[in-house]
Amino acid sequence: MQFFGVPFTVFGDDSLQYLNTILGKRAFIATDKNIIKLGLADLVTAELKKANIECKIFDGVEPDPSIETVVKAAGMAKEFKPDWVIGLGGGSSMDTAKSALVCYAAGIGPLDLAPSEFYNLRATAKLMCIPTTSGTGSEATWAIVLTDVAGQRKVSFGSYETMPDIAILDPRMVMSMPPQITGDTGVDALCHAIEGYVDTWRTPFTDGPGLVAIKYVFEFLKRAYDDGKDDEARKYMMYAASQAGTCFGNGMVGLSHSLGHAVGGIFHTPHGRTVGLYLPYAMEYVANGSEETVGRYAEIARFCNISHDNDNKKCCKALIDATRKLAKSVGQPLSVKETGIKREDYMKSLPDLLDRSVNELMTSTVTRVPEIEDLEKLFIYAYDGKSVDF
Amino acid sequence: MAMFTSAEWLNKFMDALNGSKAYADAATTWEGDFYMIVEAGGAVKAPVYMYLDLWHGKCRKVEIVTEKDKEKYKPEFILSAALPTWRKVAEKKVDPIQAIVTRQLKLQGNMGKIMRAVKAAQELVNCVTKVQTEYPE
Repeated sequence: MQFFGVPFTVFGDDSLQYLNTILGKRAFIATDKNIIKLGLADLVTAELKKANIECKIFDGVEPDPSIETVVKAAGMAKEFKPDWVIGLGGGSSMDTAKSALVCYAAGIGPLDLAPSEFYNLRATAKLMCIPTTSGTGSEATWAIVLTDVAGQRKVSFGSYETMPDIAILDPRMVMSMPPQITGDTGVDALCHAIEGYVDTWRTPFTDGPGLVAIKYVFEFLKRAYDDGKDDEARKYMMYAASQAGTCFGNGMVGLSHSLGHAVGGIFHTPHGRTVGLYLPYAMEYVANGSEETVGRYAEIARFCNISHDNDNKKCCKALIDATRKLAKSVGQPLSVKETGIKREDYMKSLPDLLDRSVNELMTSTVTRVPEIEDLEKLFIYAYDGKSVDF
Repeated sequence: MAMFTSAEWLNKFMDALNGSKAYADAATTWEGDFYMIVEAGGAVKAPVYMYLDLWHGKCRKVEIVTEKDKEKYKPEFILSAALPTWRKVAEKKVDPIQAIVTRQLKLQGNMGKIMRAVKAAQELVNCVTKVQTEYPE
């Protein structure tokens, strides 16, 4: 028995207008102060008002939202009693909305969500996500990532009931993203699609969105980074991120995320930039021990016109080289030392990084599962920017 | 060969856990007991409750508990599924976490705690595969 889930997706110019056609009485919107400042929340509430839907905004979402933030948002939702919960923003706002819905509708704590339980959340409220970045793909997945501040750890969880009912991909929402965030979030989408495409949890239904997402990222990320007003590039990066979300959300990500989550939990580096940094190292490591994955990488390289060599290994290498080249072209660090993390701090944190990464689910769903010794070498190689030769 | 759901099987599983350095290393900080429940259906005429007390990389106690005595323990985690699902997990045809996420394996207990001990969960399944097992037909 396998599953494939996607939200009802509204995309393209003027997609926000769909909001004035929905039925409901009260919408609770989880977002951040910057989204308010940019006027993006006003665009959303204006449409909802046309549908006679009263809005309440929680604008306290921070990057890498904490469990405490979710509890605060859920408290506000409980008082307001919405029939729609909307995540408006990047992954942080969308994940806060998902988690707040769980707490509000099921009356449980954020981390008490058991994927095998059925809470009938929809009897209380429906869930909608409106992304303002093109990377996390959270609008197309049931996954939630929160930060356990006390434990300095990212916690990933979710259930099929945390898959949004509706995702709205309106290009207006991403036009104001600065180049650095365009780059950071774009490489996150690339990680989701590449790792989702080769992961052991992949299914015949995740192949299509994964491949298409990778092709769009290679084609449009640099354009969107260079010229934020490039309407076509912005649109296709939005679609890429969402389809990458569909790919990994119905499958799983891999080592770039387990290594990146560990580092992000300790050094508070931006999520996309961090996982993007580890992606080529993770790809090299898995490819060095898995013919199956070499073949899958070759399929990607050929589909994206990166290489049409008959030799899978050559195609695989071309894909990894292209990944590094793209990352560099959109302002991404290619080694940990380029991020500004001091060598002594990084090395001192190695035991903690290893403990975290070995216990990330994504470490175990790749076709070459590393033992702790290999994880340690991966962390060290990535610090110095050295290609993985083991 | 030991029959899955029998006391003999459960004791062999305990021996496998206690003989595994990989499990001991992965579960050094784990504290938590389980019921693994095999639901009634097919060759399983009545539900079987397999109790395991896992503590700091060791298995301290196991016991087969009948349904009428199930209140004997109040374990922190309860995992339940029909026999075919347990078999798929034991034979590594399905990842245990994937089985939980897809609701094939029902979990009661703090999922967050399980998700912080993924390596221990994998090694636990590796120990299951070390027990020569036959299944009720």
